Formats: sequence, C-alpha cells, structure tokens
Amino acid sequence: MIERVGKRTLRLTGRPYLIAHAAAVGKKEGEGPLGDRFDYVATDDRMGQKSWELAESALQRNAINLAVHKAGLQKGEIDLILAGDLLNQCTGSFLASVDSDTPYLGQYGACSTMAQGLALGGCLVESGAAQRLLAAASSHFCSAERQYRFPLAYGGQRTPTAQWTATAAGAVVLSGKGMSRLRVTHVLFGKMVELGVKDANNMGAAMAPAAYDTLSALLHDLGAQPTDFDCIVSGDLGRVGADLLLTLLRTDGIDLSPVYSDCGSLLFGDTQDAHAGGSGCGCSAAVLCGPLLRDMQAGKIRRLVFAGTGAMMSPTSVQQGQPIAGICHAAVIERSDA
Amino acid sequence: MKLDKQTYQQLLEQKSPPSPLGRDCAKAFLFGGLICTVGEAVSNFWQWRGLDTSDAAAATAITMVFLGGLFTCLHLYEKLAKHAGAGTLVPITGFANAIVSPAMEFKSEGLVLGVGAKLFAIAGPVLVYGISASVIYGLVLVLLGGGSGA
Amino acid sequence: MNWMEYVNAFWVGGAICAVCQVLIDKTKLTPARILVGLVMTGVILQAFGLYQPVVDYAGAGASVPLLGFGYSLAKGVAKAVAEDGLLGAFTGGVTGAAGGIAAAIVFGCLFALLAKPKSRS
Repeated sequence: MIERVGKRTLRLTGRPYLIAHAAAVGKKEGEGPLGDRFDYVATDDRMGQKSWELAESALQRNAINLAVHKAGLQKGEIDLILAGDLLNQCTGSFLASVDSDTPYLGQYGACSTMAQGLALGGCLVESGAAQRLLAAASSHFCSAERQYRFPLAYGGQRTPTAQWTATAAGAVVLSGKGMSRLRVTHVLFGKMVELGVKDANNMGAAMAPAAYDTLSALLHDLGAQPTDFDCIVSGDLGRVGADLLLTLLRTDGIDLSPVYSDCGSLLFGDTQDAHAGGSGCGCSAAVLCGPLLRDMQAGKIRRLVFAGTGAMMSPTSVQQGQPIAGICHAAVIERSDA
Repeated sequence: MKLDKQTYQQLLEQKSPPSPLGRDCAKAFLFGGLICTVGEAVSNFWQWRGLDTSDAAAATAITMVFLGGLFTCLHLYEKLAKHAGAGTLVPITGFANAIVSPAMEFKSEGLVLGVGAKLFAIAGPVLVYGISASVIYGLVLVLLGGGSGA
Repeated sequence: MNWMEYVNAFWVGGAICAVCQVLIDKTKLTPARILVGLVMTGVILQAFGLYQPVVDYAGAGASVPLLGFGYSLAKGVAKAVAEDGLLGAFTGGVTGAAGGIAAAIVFGCLFALLAKPKSRS
C-alpha cells in the first residue's frame, strides 16, 4: 500500500525489493576514481556501432541485460521496463529495448531520470501494477554533445562551471517478492523549481534549488535529521551545485555535510578535465547501480537517500531565452538484516 | 527559507567560479598570434610563387581553410581549441572548423540531410550577415554615386 | 626576409583574438555571435576605410582573423560597384571572398567523408 507521510513523501508499506542492479560505463568513466566498481567498462565509447545514439543504446542494453541476469531472471519475466535518457524522443532507451518483447514506458526527467524511474517503479510494484519491473537510464557524452551543444570536433572552450555528460548507464530490477536485503521504503516526486538561471553551462546552479526543495520536504515529512541516514546523495549537481545545496540547507539550520555526496562530483577525478563534475542521466544511474548499491550490499551503507537531479531545458527552450528549471526526485533505499 | 530569484542569483554568482580571464587571454593571444604568423608565411609562399597581392590573399584564405579543416578531421583542432579559446575561434581556421565539424558529426544522418544540410549549421550566420552587410555597403556606395556603370 | 612582418602579424592577430576572449569570458555572447559580429565589424571598418591600414601593417595578422573575411567582402564590393554599379553591389562581396567560401564547402565535404568518429576524453 502507498501511504502519504506528511505533505509529499510516499511510504511504500510493502517495501519493494531491489533484487538486482548493474552499471555500464564508458572509457573515461572507467578511468575515474570509481572505475573498478562498475559491472561493465567499455574499451571504445562507440561500442562498435554506426552512430552515437546506437552506442548509447548498446550501453543501456548492457546494463539492462546484466541486471536481468544478476536477478536470475529470463527476458520474458520482467513485467515492465521504465527507461529514459537525454535524447530527443528518448532515442537511446527505445533503441535499447525495441527487441525486449516487454511492455515499455519511456521516461524523461533529464538527469533525474534514474530517480524518476526508481520512484515510479517502486509505486507500480507496490500497487501491484507490475510484479517485477526494471528501471534504467543512460547518457552518452557524444550523443548529448551533438544534440545539446556542438559537434565533437568543434573547437569550443568549457567554462569552470560546465559539467561533463557521463557515458554511462544503470539499471535496477524491483520486485514485489524477493530475496534481496535492499528495499525501497519511501519515494518523493519533485516539483520543478525555476529561479531564473539561464546559463546552460551552469546546470548545477539550476538544479540546486530543486534538490533543496525535495530534500527539505523529505526530511520534514519524515521528521528526520540528515544523520538518520548513512548517505544522502544528489544526482549530478557537480561541485558548484553541491556547494549551493549545502549553503541553502544551512540557512535552515540543516547540516547535510556529514552524510552528503554528489554522484557528479564522485564520478570523475580532478585530473580528468570534467570541470564542475559529471552530469547526464547515466551519471547518477551508474553511480547508484554501481558503487552505492554495492556498498549497501556490503553493509557499508544501510539507509540511503538517492535524490536524482535534473535540469528541465532543451536547446529550443534555451535559444528562446527560457530559464532552466531544476527537478529532483528522491527514493529512500534501506538494507534490512532479516 | 523562501528563495527568491534575486537572492539566489547573488548566491550563485558568489559560488560559481569565473573563467580565468588572464590565462585565457594569454593563451588566446599566443595561439591566435601563431596562426596568423603561419598565415603570413603562407601568404609569402604564394607571393614567392608569383601571385600578386590580391590573388595571394585569396590563396592564403583557401590554404588556411584547408589547414583548419585538416586539423579538424584529425581531431586535433578541438584539442588546441580547448586551450586556445578565441585564439582558434577567431582566425579563418576556426571558420573552417565550424564548417567541417558539423559535416563530420552529422555524416551518420547521410550525405544530403547530414553532411550537406548541416555543413553551415554553425558558420551559416557568418555568411548570412557578412554577405548581407557587404550588399548593404554596396548599395550605399551606389547611392553615393560610387558606381560608374549604374 | 623581413622578420618584422611576422612580428606584426603575430601581435596584431593575437591581440584581436585576446579581445574576443574577453568578450567570451565577460559577456553572454556565444562564439557564433562573436563570429557574426566580427565579420560585420570587418565590413563596416573597411567601409570607412579603417581596416586597409591594419592589413597593410599586419598582413595576415589582420586578414586571417574573421575581421579580414569582412574586409575582403567589403573590398570586393567596392571594386565591383566601381566597375559594374548596382550589379556589383550584389556580386562583389561573394566574389571577394569566393576562395574561402568555396574552399570551406569543398574541404568540409571532403574531410567529413574522410574523418573517423572519435569520442573525447
């Protein structure tokens, strides 16, 4: 059953099981500080495909297949796929699942897509709409560049606040019944928050107020302190956005810093020229489905808040002068010992 | 805290690191200057081959566009540009880069709607406004009686 | 060989680029807007006869930056109007810059066909 706690948080009383997870990343991500904690690292970002869009879909398909395999399931045993990416019409995702012979719902939440899929998936499993469901998200540096910015070979300079779209994908399998210790207990769907940021090279700043809104609401609804969790992780605020989020919460007397991390800041090392950090749906998807959930399996993290952040914008909206809104969906994942 | 746009703008300006202007300018000066020096050498080469000044200028433009395109094709121009900024953007080699790079990128969409249509996706406005400005200037000259044939 | 011409080309060309770098870093102008601005500025400067002296002094330092593209458009127009009048106003600019434009199109297609896709790191 889904119960509303406080104003916006949804408690999933059946606590759907997170029975498997897998992450697949590109070459640069594999060379980063988390490189050895993903299930698959590509040697070539083109993945032997004809286009970058197909390369992205191959990466997402890898993550999906690995997750299904790790869950000990066959292809036809999944009731529903929730998948999304950054490309127009979710090209990477529908290409990845076109042969899956499984009901499919495309998701778009910009870089918050993994959190959106996880939260929505949790509700669908809880409600009985799906017994076993897969949520996936991906991004690819090259397919995102050509759609949102410039051709790869175009000589441009990045500002210090710019972020690097991760070539990465992650997938989780949720189930109403299972053998897993990891369970989704609460979810919170975010509001779009727009504070007049127009700089597409400073997405962290556009997303931080949404993360602030979502995390404040979650902590308030649960009557919890940040330290009630072992880890509160935002999607891809990057160094600038993470700093802004901590500052905003501090004005309310909430100190997030002891338990706070940001997937975008974790994915790349300082020498990898990623400026303010990683971004893209795949960034938070792969960091969650790789290192974070592995740490939960190992018992290093017992209560996790995964707050995926996204910037609601398109090349069209930016060219038409519209500001960039942020969005942030959250899911609470707990490890039970029983 | 209730956030308003103005307060947030101030906060984010405080928290967002600015571009390193001094270093950027020094690099732009250096790379831009070097490309122009190469251009000077190319121009001298064509004059040495017997072209007059105006033909040598045209030949130099063609040569520099070729070099810019070649570096783009070899994925070297983007590596230079990361450091050089305006130093590789402003010379005509940057114009070549702006034409070759989308043509390369959109080859996967085919020769007509990919390469052909996207060739001027970035550099098109330069021709649109450059040529328009030149026609307006020409019309002004005609109106001022500069045209003998009219 | 006259070394000064290289020095002049270097510092004038470099200075034009450095000024544009300030515009990129300090204003909201995108690179495409800056290029459009440069070409139009080149046309206008030459229309007032102000760019020819810079070209005479700095050679490629003035003609290689996109200001020089505007300069050759304007110079072509002035020449064609003097010869053909009204018709020249339309044909002169493109004639003056024909080499660069045609080269960009042909080499653009050629290199696009030769290039191999490659990710960045």
